[in-house]
Amino acid sequence: MRDVAIIGIGCTKFGELWDRSFRDLFVEAGVSAIEDSGIQGEEIDSLYVGNMSGGRFVEQEHIGSLIADYAGLASTLNVPATRVEAACASGGLALRQAILSVASGYDNVVVAAGAEKMTDVGMDTATDALAAAADREWEGIMGATFPGLYAMIAKLHMHKYGTTSEQLAAASVKNHHNGTMNPIAQFRNEITIDTVLNSNMVADPLHMFDCSPISDGASAVVVVAADIAKKYTDTPVYVKATTQASATISLHDRADITTLDASVVAGQRAYKMAGMTPDDIDMVEVHDCFTIAEICAIEDLGFFKKGDGGRATEAGETAIGGRIPVNTSGGLKACGHPVGATGIKQAVEITEQLRGTAGKRQIDGAQVGMTHNVGGSGGTAVVHIFSRNR
Amino acid sequence: MTVARFWRKIPNRYNLIGTHCTTCGKHYFPPRTMCPTCRRDGKMEAHKFQGKGEVVTYTVIHTAAKGYEMQAPYNLAIIKLDEGPSLTGQVVCGQEEMEIGMRVRSVFRKLGEESEKGMIYYGTKFVPE
Repeated sequence: MRDVAIIGIGCTKFGELWDRSFRDLFVEAGVSAIEDSGIQGEEIDSLYVGNMSGGRFVEQEHIGSLIADYAGLASTLNVPATRVEAACASGGLALRQAILSVASGYDNVVVAAGAEKMTDVGMDTATDALAAAADREWEGIMGATFPGLYAMIAKLHMHKYGTTSEQLAAASVKNHHNGTMNPIAQFRNEITIDTVLNSNMVADPLHMFDCSPISDGASAVVVVAADIAKKYTDTPVYVKATTQASATISLHDRADITTLDASVVAGQRAYKMAGMTPDDIDMVEVHDCFTIAEICAIEDLGFFKKGDGGRATEAGETAIGGRIPVNTSGGLKACGHPVGATGIKQAVEITEQLRGTAGKRQIDGAQVGMTHNVGGSGGTAVVHIFSRNR
Repeated sequence: MTVARFWRKIPNRYNLIGTHCTTCGKHYFPPRTMCPTCRRDGKMEAHKFQGKGEVVTYTVIHTAAKGYEMQAPYNLAIIKLDEGPSLTGQVVCGQEEMEIGMRVRSVFRKLGEESEKGMIYYGTKFVPE
């Protein structure tokens, strides 16, 4: 397998972008990634796009062809384009497929993109489309919602480890603070613990401010064989690990409801592939679709002991300047969560950090970063480790 | 959910019929055609569960799933059946009665409905034992 590097990144603003269409968004993200990389369209060997539910959100399938077409890569260049779907992990998985196609030696230059346009439908349709990431026949039909599933994780985490609502809220407060420093973030306002605790209860114990929003947005990265990366940029970001793990689609079939087995296994595989440990990671973008998801992620990825994530978050250990900065982008909570785009946006953020171009969010001396993207309640997890050094 | 999709699992939904692997002895609910432990060596047969178990974890849902708006707030739980498997289901009782570890038993209830003229879903819910 060949080494692979990221040489270009692009991201639209995330948010409720009522004046922008699905195709407007991915063209903007793709063009900015290509411009950032300095490649020409003729050099692109293939395209992978993460998209969870074009069919439900914009009544559009065949996303690969659409994207290639509107990116100007279909009519004369006929670039192969593949849509990748793993619910909210679609973006991370599209990136993984792009990396694998380069690593295998089949392709040299590949664009990985992610896009979701969620506000063209009403809130009830959007919520129901997201519920399709769980088992429709045996969770959804019983009245389970996505916040409801994560609420059950939170309830047991509190019961077993003494995690508090204030500790959950601290993750949201920290992510909102980070979001204030990110120009693409959906929410760029500070909030307090009371903002979270006084917001509407969605599914006990999760309040509205424990939940990531419905968002529109797109993001893209250009990956190339590491041997040719320096031809395009002085600051390539090298892929040290790309891993993925599956677990049961239903939350109720997990041995421990408070552990996302897919995250644990994908994380272990990533550390092994990179020859690293959690201590080598300078910052991590984790999948905080809900505050409890961030708490579980930092435990499952080995940064904190199981049950210690809430306390550590409350103590500021995951803030910028803390022991292991988590979600410097603002995470899904504040940066926004256009589901198909999220996994790619995480890689964009880590690339910014490793290039040293993250502005006020910059982690001093960042050398190695990790991304963690989850589908559903943990049926799929995708983990990447990136480094400044090959 | 279409009529056919709901109808084909009616025995399982109404009567809590799952599966039992005679090779390894494990019980499964929801029903499976392949044993995740034995895979092709497994031999699956239908198994009717007693419907008794305990609450592993729960939530009170305030923002309801589509078709369940009229029921909110409602209690949703993961219930571990005495025979082994866990499932997701609603517990019909006051919010304040809900507790991790509480004993529950299954009851036949209306689950939800699509609209005034749409399908009504019936199935299994739980009540405190």
